[in-house]
Amino acid sequence: MGTTSRYRAATRMSAALSLVALVAACSGNGGATGRGGTDDYPGRNITFVVPFSAGGPTDTVTRMIAEPMAAQLGGKIVVRNVEGAGGTVGAGEVAQAEPDGLTVLMHHIGMSTAPALYEKLGYQPLKDFETVGLVTEVPMTVVGRKDFAPATLADLVAYVKANANKVTLANAGIGAASHLCGLLFQTAVGVKLQEVPYQGTGPALTDLVGGQVDFMCDQTTNTSGQISAGKVKAYAVTTPQRVKSLPDLPTTAEAGLPQLQVSVWHGLYVPAGTPPEVVRKLSEALKVALAEPRVIEQMAKLGTAPVPPEAATPQAHRTKLEEQLGTWAKVIADAGVKAS
Amino acid sequence: MELFDNLALGFSTAFLVQNVLYCFVGVLLGTAVGVLPGIGPTATVAMLLPITFSFEPVTALIMLAGIYYGAQYGGSTTAILINLPGESSAAVTALDGHEMARQGRAGAALAVAAVGSFIAGTVATVALAVAAPPLASVALRFGPADYFSLVLFGLVVSIALARGSTLKALAMIVLGVLLGTVGQDIYTGTPRFVFDQRELYGGIDFVSVAVGMFGVAEILRNLENEQTRATIVSKVTSLWPTGEERRRSVGPILRGTGLGAALGVLPGGGHVLASFTSYAVEKRISKRPREFGHGAIEGVAGPESANNAAAQTSFIPLLTLGLPAHPVMALMVGAFIVHGITPGPNVITDEPALFWGLIASMWIGNVLLLLLNLPLIGIWVRMLRIPYQVLFPMIILFAAIGTYSLSLNAYDVYAIAFFGLLGYVLIKCGCEPAPLLLGFVLGPLLEENLRRALIISRGDPSVFLTRPISAVLLALALVALVITVLPTIKRRREVVFAGEE
Repeated sequence: MGTTSRYRAATRMSAALSLVALVAACSGNGGATGRGGTDDYPGRNITFVVPFSAGGPTDTVTRMIAEPMAAQLGGKIVVRNVEGAGGTVGAGEVAQAEPDGLTVLMHHIGMSTAPALYEKLGYQPLKDFETVGLVTEVPMTVVGRKDFAPATLADLVAYVKANANKVTLANAGIGAASHLCGLLFQTAVGVKLQEVPYQGTGPALTDLVGGQVDFMCDQTTNTSGQISAGKVKAYAVTTPQRVKSLPDLPTTAEAGLPQLQVSVWHGLYVPAGTPPEVVRKLSEALKVALAEPRVIEQMAKLGTAPVPPEAATPQAHRTKLEEQLGTWAKVIADAGVKAS
Repeated sequence: MELFDNLALGFSTAFLVQNVLYCFVGVLLGTAVGVLPGIGPTATVAMLLPITFSFEPVTALIMLAGIYYGAQYGGSTTAILINLPGESSAAVTALDGHEMARQGRAGAALAVAAVGSFIAGTVATVALAVAAPPLASVALRFGPADYFSLVLFGLVVSIALARGSTLKALAMIVLGVLLGTVGQDIYTGTPRFVFDQRELYGGIDFVSVAVGMFGVAEILRNLENEQTRATIVSKVTSLWPTGEERRRSVGPILRGTGLGAALGVLPGGGHVLASFTSYAVEKRISKRPREFGHGAIEGVAGPESANNAAAQTSFIPLLTLGLPAHPVMALMVGAFIVHGITPGPNVITDEPALFWGLIASMWIGNVLLLLLNLPLIGIWVRMLRIPYQVLFPMIILFAAIGTYSLSLNAYDVYAIAFFGLLGYVLIKCGCEPAPLLLGFVLGPLLEENLRRALIISRGDPSVFLTRPISAVLLALALVALVITVLPTIKRRREVVFAGEE
């Protein structure tokens, strides 16, 4: 298949559809309704829509929980990747889907940033979706090229203030977690840096390891291998607690930049109007899945952990979403960023 | 010798029954998706990734890798038989491969493609085993400015893809580059040439363009002609390459292998350039450049070898640095993570059995592919005897299904029809689709790296000359341009004197 520019190619084509999903689409799954009440839910295959590419961190997390959730619900869960425009294509599709609980969206922090980033967004997060529950909060790390002068986060802050017109800050594309974290960093420090967008984390990290750009902020999922091999310089982790896989890395609060708090939080959504009973069943299944030792173990390897059970609820999720929508509306407006 | 210990470890891992089995499953699936237009290795790997979660990590990666390089073998088959390239590299193979098929030499083209790919795969596997880490550190030296110059160089030398007028080829490249700009700009998010159509935001899919410009346009052209309407090929000569064809293939295979192996290492898109560059090189140094585009076996042997070698060495950044060079590699990073292996530079030392096992499996995979593909040639060639009025609707049907399956986007199917018509009109005007496809593939890479280089340098264009790699590549591009243009001027003079020709 096309080897256009690598990550453009990924975006374009790998909305990589499983044949299963193809068959499901052909047979009208998710379209028809009126098959009785919610008692026999799910009754048919549930589709989990991941608005990002297969194999990415969000996709990986989704696939981890899909299997135990399916076992709990007594059905089959098909994961479908509907990529494009920072996750808004997939989210838009689910917003339009039948509210029968058979089409579920897994989305991350991007759910709360899209309204500020995209002028013509076809949906409203709070109005068009029911929250099901939070899944995980993936920590982010501030990392620099190996030979970048600053040694600690405090040094880095001082350095970028003094050299704001020289420093380059990489990110994985507009609206990507790394982009948002970079914006928050600039807000926290009070500088405006030259941002260098890439198409995905892979190429951005490649150029960071190759020393072409100065620093970036990205998920532990992507950076911990490079950090522990000493190929990049790690400054801090952006969550309140240190990360188990990187025990020596201080948090931003410890390192003197407490304003830089950001995690790639993931949650499940269904279209607004989904019967509360169905939402409850999904949320219960999510809680069970998050307690599975295998899921905990797999997430630990990603440098993250399931959220506590009380966060895997529709209410906690909605509260988080509301809070984040407010935060990002301000940061993004201040930075004057628009995605389209 | 440490290398032999490592290889012994690798082969002892790769030869485990389940690993050989899944290696076979991988290359078989790869061949299948390579042959089917539309559905490609990225979709297939994405689809099968969850299934591999229950495998041993090394088994999972062996199978996923097999799908990727297996698809490179399979991709050439439809390109040669029915002028339907499923991926950018196979588009080059279609140029001479399909001409060979029309002359009844499809068997020879397929055989040379398979053998060339096998030799390339073997050499590239050795390169991986011997020099992966040093090659990877060289690759890391390539920054955005260097990639820009590399792609520019690739574009300049690839003007040779054109059979006819250089001017028309340039026009096609420009048109291709323009088509490549459709969609959201990656730096600002600004939609370009999308005409408010949400479906165009992600850009035009390569498969739609290739299937339309090559496959559908070819069908339209065939339908014009009474004779080809019956069957594509009236006579099929020997299935195997003649002695002369074999002799003529050796050089291109070896050069293609070297070129592909070197370019494949570069994570910023080197593998995309491999087959284009190999074709250009072969045409340039051939004693019979006029045969290119009319069924020159060198035009199949070189690019096919280059493309397979590049497919294999493009694993180097992934395996040694944990940095994916391609969407399929990005998926494999996912496979690493799911299996609890943190992708990164430590994989070689922490998981030697996995690293060396995967490398050894690639060679086994290449042997399996050769054993799989050579006997299939007879069957494939027989396909050409299907009456054309039966074959062409099937081709269009499969192309439409395959393209639709990429993202369930009806636009991709409309795009085939559009590009089919466009391709037909262009052929009628004497413009070849290959340079357009080249521009379409390389244009976005060129722009991305140009702008990134200028962003990093804060708008200072001197980076292209002050970075040594970039400067050398630009100088080479200039030389290539001069060599291309000079004979044209000279020939024009000759034509004036010769009158005809």
